[in-house]
Amino acid sequence: MDTVILARSFFGTSLGFHIIFATLGVGLPLMIVIAEILHLTRNDKHYSIMAKRWTKAFAVLLGVAIPSGTIVGVQLSLLWPGFMEIVGKVISLPFQIEIFAFFIEALFMSIYVYAADRLPRYFRIISVIIVALGSVASAILITAVNTWMNTPDGFKIKSDGTIYDVQPWDAFFNPSFVSSAAHVAITAYMTGAFAVASVAAFKLMKKQSQDEAAYHRKGLLLSLAVAFTMSFLSSISGHHSAQILHQHSPEKLAAAEGLFETTRYAPLAIGGYTDPETESVKYGIEIPWLLSWLAGGTFDTEVKGLYEFPRETWPPAYVHTLFNLMVGIGSMLLALAAAALAYWWFFVRKKEQENRFPKWLLWTLVFSGPLSMLCIEFGWVFSCSGRQPWTIYRVQTTAEAATKAADLGPLFALFLLLYVTLGVLTILILRAYFKRNPVSKDLAKASPY
Amino acid sequence: MSEQVMAILIMWTFIFVYSIFGSIDFGSGFWAMVYNKHSSMAGKIANRFLSPTWEVTNVFLVLLVVAFVGFFPKGAYTLGTVMLVPVSLILFLLAIRSAFMVFSYSVQGYRRTMFIISGISGLLIPSLLIAVLPISQGGFIEQAGGTESLLLGKLLTSPSLYMYVLFGLASELFLSSLFLADYSRVSNNEKAYRLFRENAILLGPLTLIAAVITLWFINPEAKWLVNNLYEQKIWFILSFIAFLFSYACLWWPKGKRPGIGRPRFALLGVVTQYGLASYGYGMAHLPYIVYPDLTIYEAFTAKETFYSLMIMYGVGMAILTPGFYIFWRLFLKDKRYLQQE
Ligand code: HDD
Ligand code: HEM
Ligand code: HEM
Repeated sequence: MDTVILARSFFGTSLGFHIIFATLGVGLPLMIVIAEILHLTRNDKHYSIMAKRWTKAFAVLLGVAIPSGTIVGVQLSLLWPGFMEIVGKVISLPFQIEIFAFFIEALFMSIYVYAADRLPRYFRIISVIIVALGSVASAILITAVNTWMNTPDGFKIKSDGTIYDVQPWDAFFNPSFVSSAAHVAITAYMTGAFAVASVAAFKLMKKQSQDEAAYHRKGLLLSLAVAFTMSFLSSISGHHSAQILHQHSPEKLAAAEGLFETTRYAPLAIGGYTDPETESVKYGIEIPWLLSWLAGGTFDTEVKGLYEFPRETWPPAYVHTLFNLMVGIGSMLLALAAAALAYWWFFVRKKEQENRFPKWLLWTLVFSGPLSMLCIEFGWVFSCSGRQPWTIYRVQTTAEAATKAADLGPLFALFLLLYVTLGVLTILILRAYFKRNPVSKDLAKASPY
Repeated sequence: MSEQVMAILIMWTFIFVYSIFGSIDFGSGFWAMVYNKHSSMAGKIANRFLSPTWEVTNVFLVLLVVAFVGFFPKGAYTLGTVMLVPVSLILFLLAIRSAFMVFSYSVQGYRRTMFIISGISGLLIPSLLIAVLPISQGGFIEQAGGTESLLLGKLLTSPSLYMYVLFGLASELFLSSLFLADYSRVSNNEKAYRLFRENAILLGPLTLIAAVITLWFINPEAKWLVNNLYEQKIWFILSFIAFLFSYACLWWPKGKRPGIGRPRFALLGVVTQYGLASYGYGMAHLPYIVYPDLTIYEAFTAKETFYSLMIMYGVGMAILTPGFYIFWRLFLKDKRYLQQE
């Protein structure tokens, strides 16, 4: 494999690993904040136990999120030195601000975890709110760099590569910043909520006391409410992202839709795959006019096809599939959350005695968390590989950005081993901890008598 | 002062702060391993300090990288290219260490493994980190076909690398001993205090000797640096005085309390010592980031970026300072935390 491909695989793997923990690191604090606030307003012990147990899981996940984030952050300079040279001149601001967000998150996370017993209750809630704000801020800030790669702005470049007339804030607030930052934050919240729903649904299927069942049901309901809201918002913000693509990266939208000819009244292609040989989408379902409407708001909007652009700048064909998977799974999850909430409203809510969700629904819900996480992965790979062959759109190609060092192979293998080990250990640790400290134990401790 | 000098000054301040906190952090990991079963609870004290703080120290490391990219992008290009292997190893060790730190807090069964991992990596990571210094002095980077690469074989067979490592480890353990001596004192654990104080008494002179020998062994390509260091000798003399002061503090009787020595003053003295020496070293190193190809002037970022970064530092520090204050109150001062069993 040549160095560029190796560097891409290496970096993609590192980020793909980090993002799992990072996403939960954004999503779970929101759930914890909501549980803490519900505990405050309803004075229901269950919510305080939820907050405590989720915090425990969050702390373990953070133990991987932080080092893997450190890896990605430093690897940017190691694997993409050419890219970072431009980044340093133009878009180092969000990186720098992000450090402050990290500091805030790290300080208050330690306070929330290690000093909880010495703090008044209101200060505990303030701490966890600050943690939640810090984590979403760091996600938004790092996304700012990524959006700048997709729609670079705030500088001029001479033909010899000299950069001049830098406007750091214009680079920060580049055209796709708002849409992508919103999309990233919302989908992280959605994924955190579905992850909680998965666990709660799984636990509800076990044999257990009334009290335990009530506890898990509350957790499920709370997470479903958040998941439903965020799924809905994610489709709206995704739609907004697509419109930004239409305006600023037309070849990415064309590749996402497998559209080759520039057309008005363009159809939306769902499913299938783009065949590079015949230059068409095979086995897809076409909904007439819809793409034009989604991209521009009117049916006669002209959507550019790939033929408008030089062939060597076409994104890879598989991004159509990635895009479809993200949108498809996202829509299904929205429907699932809506269905589960509706089921609860009509069939479970009033019958306090046997209030049960059916097994099939619970089983489906168990898969919602992992599926949502897959969506995140597809979304990032779509966004990053849909930008190919550019690392910085129309400014720097991936080959120019990559390191010239030759010995990536063994390092890649070493880090793969690291990620597998850490992944497995995380699961083992979480299982060991929650086995030793089951909900029943917390409930017994918390009961007034 | 030119913008470039201002930037390198800030950068060097960050490096200095991290070298202090990093030394204490990694050193505590090492001492926690060594005194894991010690009757004085010295290991527990080291670990009690480490649990809430390693994460904050880690952010400092990330800050170093990010600030360097922001201020000196061309430097990030060069160092990023040549440091691929050593830095990757640091990342690898750091990841394992951090993960186990958190894991062991959740599941007791991982305690022993954690102590060993954090103890050993507490020596390995600083050794790898300090390798930047000999590399930046020149002689270990090869230019071929338009790209730079590290002469790993030459580096690994160079005595100057090992002297730097020795010096780095000695000062790491010296600093962390002093810090933990102070921390034990605040925790009211006289036995652990005496233990760490003895370590410090032993390691202090060792650090000095290592520093002098390192100077001797600086590789022949770096004559420029040796000459510059002689020109800055006033800083090193001051630094030596600070060392004498702080070493003497270890015997300074303290009014009513039992035991001898004032570790807080000793610690501050050593921080001053390192500050002065770092300043002298930094001055001698200017204007080179990596000798002879890369100076701070060539590596510097865009002016506009520099100024917006400066503003952000001001704002960021204003926001963070109360956070650091609360943190310090809770984990370095609060008796309920320090004196728990
Ligand atoms: C979804 C949002 C998201 C994305 C796309 C990324 N991260 Fe991340 N990152 C986080 C969300 C996050 C977080 C949730 O905010 C973390 C997890 C735990 C934490 O403290 O912050 C974090 C941690 C974290 C840390 C550790 C900070 C510390 O020491 O406390 C670093 C250095 C990075 N990240 C760097 C990166 C880089 C260089 C990325 C891309 C190239 C990246 N992250 C993608
Ligand atoms: C349901 C309709 C959705 C639409 C129309 C949509 C649309 C988009 C578009 C157009 C992009 C590319 C932005 C760019 O490259 O500049 C994108 C990226 C992304 N999507 Fe979605 N998306 C949807 C749902 C989801 C869901 C459910 C998730 C995850 C739970 C998700 C996660 C992501 C992520 C992580 C990215 C990469 C970050 C970014 O560039 O914004 N998306 N999405
Ligand atoms: C965390 C979510 C992210 C994931 C999972 C992700 C995934 C990927 C993948 C799979 C690639 C390889 C693309 C290919 O070879 O086809 C890649 C490339 C890259 N990404 Fe992302 N990415 C993420 C976020 C980011 C962010 C936030 C940045 C910017 C700071 C970034 C910067 C890069 C760079 C520099 C490359 C290499 C050059 C390139 O292939 O364009 N990525 N990423």
